Amino acid sequence: MPEDLPSPATASSTATIGPPVVQFEDVSIAFEGKPVLQEISFSVQRGQTLVLLGPAGCGKSVLLKLANGLLKPDSGTIRVFGEEIDKLRRRELYALRARIGMVFQESALFDSLTVEENVAYRLHEERVPEAEAHTRVVEALKFVELEAAIDKFPSELSGGMRRRVSIARAIVSHPDLILYDSPTGGLDPITSTTIIELVMKQRDVWHTTSLVVTHRLQDAFILAANRFDPATNSMKPLPKDGPDHGIDEGMKFLLLNEGKVVFHGTTEELVRSGDPWVKRYLE
Amino acid sequence: MNFLSPENFIKKQVVAVQEYSILSGTAIAGIFTRPIYWADIFTQMDSIGVGSMPIVVLTGLFTGCVLALQSATALKQFGAVSKTSSLVALSMVKELGPVLTGLMVSGRNASGMASEIGSMKVTEQIDAMRALGTDPIRKLVTPRIIATIFMLFFLTIIADAAGIAGGALVAVNMLGLNASSYLHSSYSSLVHGDIVQGLTKPLFSGFIIATVGCFFGMRTTGGTQGVGRATTQAVVVSSVFIIVVDFIVTRAMIGIFGS
Repeated sequence: MPEDLPSPATASSTATIGPPVVQFEDVSIAFEGKPVLQEISFSVQRGQTLVLLGPAGCGKSVLLKLANGLLKPDSGTIRVFGEEIDKLRRRELYALRARIGMVFQESALFDSLTVEENVAYRLHEERVPEAEAHTRVVEALKFVELEAAIDKFPSELSGGMRRRVSIARAIVSHPDLILYDSPTGGLDPITSTTIIELVMKQRDVWHTTSLVVTHRLQDAFILAANRFDPATNSMKPLPKDGPDHGIDEGMKFLLLNEGKVVFHGTTEELVRSGDPWVKRYLE
Repeated sequence: MNFLSPENFIKKQVVAVQEYSILSGTAIAGIFTRPIYWADIFTQMDSIGVGSMPIVVLTGLFTGCVLALQSATALKQFGAVSKTSSLVALSMVKELGPVLTGLMVSGRNASGMASEIGSMKVTEQIDAMRALGTDPIRKLVTPRIIATIFMLFFLTIIADAAGIAGGALVAVNMLGLNASSYLHSSYSSLVHGDIVQGLTKPLFSGFIIATVGCFFGMRTTGGTQGVGRATTQAVVVSSVFIIVVDFIVTRAMIGIFGS
């Protein structure tokens, strides 16, 4: 663990009251006449982590792409950092995306570029001097514990390593918001835990606002019940006798089913929910 | 297999034309505004121009050879075998050089562009590029348009030269014509308008190859099967467009130069 990293804190201690970082108001989108998301409303505060849960095909990834302006809603309003993103001009949207990091479902690494070139992609676009870009790439790769793979091509890496490079690429510019699209999808349980630990590390060390899409409940509950400890460079369960009673109350959940919000609230509220569909989903 | 109603089919085609126009317009705007990806332009020039050189030279050379053989057979009946050089030169420079070069480069590069960009599209690399703050049209399409137009112009000149050289080879070695008089006759039969006509066409063909190849790549869906489909469509559509636009440009040039 690098010694110059900020001291850790739980998301609850860093989530601030103020204008939300991400705000959806009655957002709907349909593809070829089929509604994918219907009147979705929620907001994410600075420093907060929102976990998007739901069965496959319920529109989680679409929601994330809407938040990054990769898709435009048919109706409703999306505000990111206070800017109404579907009203931004092309150049303004690209400028806004400089503050957002995104980890894609299948990593989406550029297969003709090395790991270093992939991670440094945004820095090269921003004309950061080569020496500084290299230092920052090494720093990001150290964060995901993959500095040895700096000269490799994506095809030479395992699925888990590719996902870690994707995280390094998303965090290299220290974004204010990170969107994780199923970061553990298709990975074995051990590698999945490593990836979730990295998501937690980013949350607790850099206090970055995050939207995490997952269909794995255990990932969500690991994030809610643990915090990253830089001293041991691993995650630790939150103390049950602490102020949070073993659960990070700063973390919020959004459950989607068939394009609609079925639950939005804290971990405590989720596990105590009386909604029959939520109960069945959690079982 | 789903069949579309005529109404939906027409709507789909109109949307495709609209999307193609927007892509082309945005890519052209990218030529005149920053950032311009010079490294990508030079990489594409190398891939499209230098990479296509062997097929263009061979196509031009053998087309010239065949043209000389065929035209000599026909001209012999009128005792005008010596006119073979003029016929080969005019055919190559005005028509066959530009069109065949366009078709060969289309087969090689429109397919390459569609498959490369299509693969990036289905593996979310295009979305990743946008998420990382890069406009994929500016980064992927504009450099290909500039490189294809620029290199196709010079490839056409090379194809013309190879065709005339091929015609000369046949004329001298098989038809017994004098090399010096063949080349002199070829040169003197060409006028300014012929050259302008022949070198205007690759500008249009280059634009068609790059925009059609990138367009089909950018709208690829459906995994590897979709990439294959996009590649085929790119080659078919760009080849047809090249021939149609060749006709329109030829008519316009005849209107301007009168021959």
